[in-house]
Amino acid sequence: MSRPDDRRYLKSHEWCKNEDGTASIGITDHAVANLSDLVFLDLPSVGSAVTAGESFGEVESVKAVSDLYSPVSGEVIEVNEALPDSLDTLGTDAFGAGWMIKVKVESESPDLLDASAYDKMVEAEG
Amino acid sequence: MRETPLKALHESLGARLVPFAGWSMPVQYTGILEEAKAVRSAAGLFDLGHMGRVRIRGANAGALLQKVQTNDALKIQPGRIRYALMLDDSGKTQDDVLVYREPDATPEDDGYFLVVNASNAERDLAILRQAEQEMSDVEVKDVTDDLAMIAIQGPVAVEVLASQSEGIDFDALKYYAWANGRVAGVPAQVSRTGYTGEDGFEVYYSASEAERVWKALQEAGASKGVIPCGLGSRDILRLEAGMPLYGHEINETTTPFDAGLHFAVKFTHDFTGRSAIEGTEDLERPVLVGLKNEGRRIPREGYPVFADGGTDSERELGKILSGGASPTLGCNIATVRVPKEFAEPGTQLHIGIRDAREVCTVTALPFYKRER
Repeated sequence: MSRPDDRRYLKSHEWCKNEDGTASIGITDHAVANLSDLVFLDLPSVGSAVTAGESFGEVESVKAVSDLYSPVSGEVIEVNEALPDSLDTLGTDAFGAGWMIKVKVESESPDLLDASAYDKMVEAEG
Repeated sequence: MRETPLKALHESLGARLVPFAGWSMPVQYTGILEEAKAVRSAAGLFDLGHMGRVRIRGANAGALLQKVQTNDALKIQPGRIRYALMLDDSGKTQDDVLVYREPDATPEDDGYFLVVNASNAERDLAILRQAEQEMSDVEVKDVTDDLAMIAIQGPVAVEVLASQSEGIDFDALKYYAWANGRVAGVPAQVSRTGYTGEDGFEVYYSASEAERVWKALQEAGASKGVIPCGLGSRDILRLEAGMPLYGHEINETTTPFDAGLHFAVKFTHDFTGRSAIEGTEDLERPVLVGLKNEGRRIPREGYPVFADGGTDSERELGKILSGGASPTLGCNIATVRVPKEFAEPGTQLHIGIRDAREVCTVTALPFYKRER
């Protein structure tokens, strides 16, 4: 499948859509499928700082707890407060309504992949 | 990575395969919770080809087993099965196993079949081979690669399996008994055993026929809600049923009595580790209990458990041994060993889940018992 090419991706399966210095951040459909049976999502609060490549929260499934890694550094300016109570949204619309946080970008991770590179990586994983 | 003879079939069924004890095994097909629910309401089909399986034949087969495991192998009637533990010299658990006595066993031509954990199979075999060398008239044979092993578990398991079987009287086949017959035309050993807390069976047959038997059961069961299930659902099902898992409730540091497995130990014979544990049955020791909690965060192995309130509020009582989200109970469940004064059902304790404390309630094991 091909994923939205209006954004970029981390190998750890987060996506980042940077529009005029504000990045929306979420996790990919592939991450959601792999986690399966999500039970808990912990997101940072508005005003906190996130750092590219470091954890900004965690997602828990029946199987395991996983860190969420930030594709950018900057300040959190908006949080999808409804998402932790409607985790099904991640299964139905990971790239839209399943966004997690919006960050005022100071810098981006040097490791961001474009959609086709991310697709290839996922495909290679099998 | 070792593969069971059903690996290609799992891939075609959309399973997610993960490494487990050196084997590539399906952890799930459709989802752990959905699969666990299917086993409680209909039945699930499991590939257990990773389990170690050993035949022990000869006049001294029973004598060999008496040396290496805690139950009384000589008292097992032909066609019956007992749960047992293998210990080291200090009485610590090396594995938990099922000991099957061959249905056609006689004192002159005796035979047993042992099912062991994949993670311990190599160590178990070394123990068995050592005993074999020290004795005459007994042969130990690892048949893990020769046989497929699948399970069908759940309330409709008996009717589905019976519909595909010949030569087995399912009314006479009691819990922890086994018989030889045919399933889907293939010669098979069928035991009324399992690791889910439901009525169910484990089926052993030639690896070369692996797919034929699985497909026959899957097709026969489909209209009744039978689905393929992975090791993920098996783990939560066994936890609900209060069954210990090696590496969690029992391991190299626990004696059988630490885990409340007194029933599996018979001081009728001279087994390895006996002298270290004999007389310790009734010592006061931390008690294995269940915990239930309502929060969304799941208690997991290694999380600390604390006393509730008072001066003991930060006293760590033990660590979670197994934990998971129980689809049957609709809450999270876990096991832990705590001092006796905290082991009473209804006692409130705290689980440290990362930086937070979740209230939980001590619960008698098992969490789930099927209605008979």
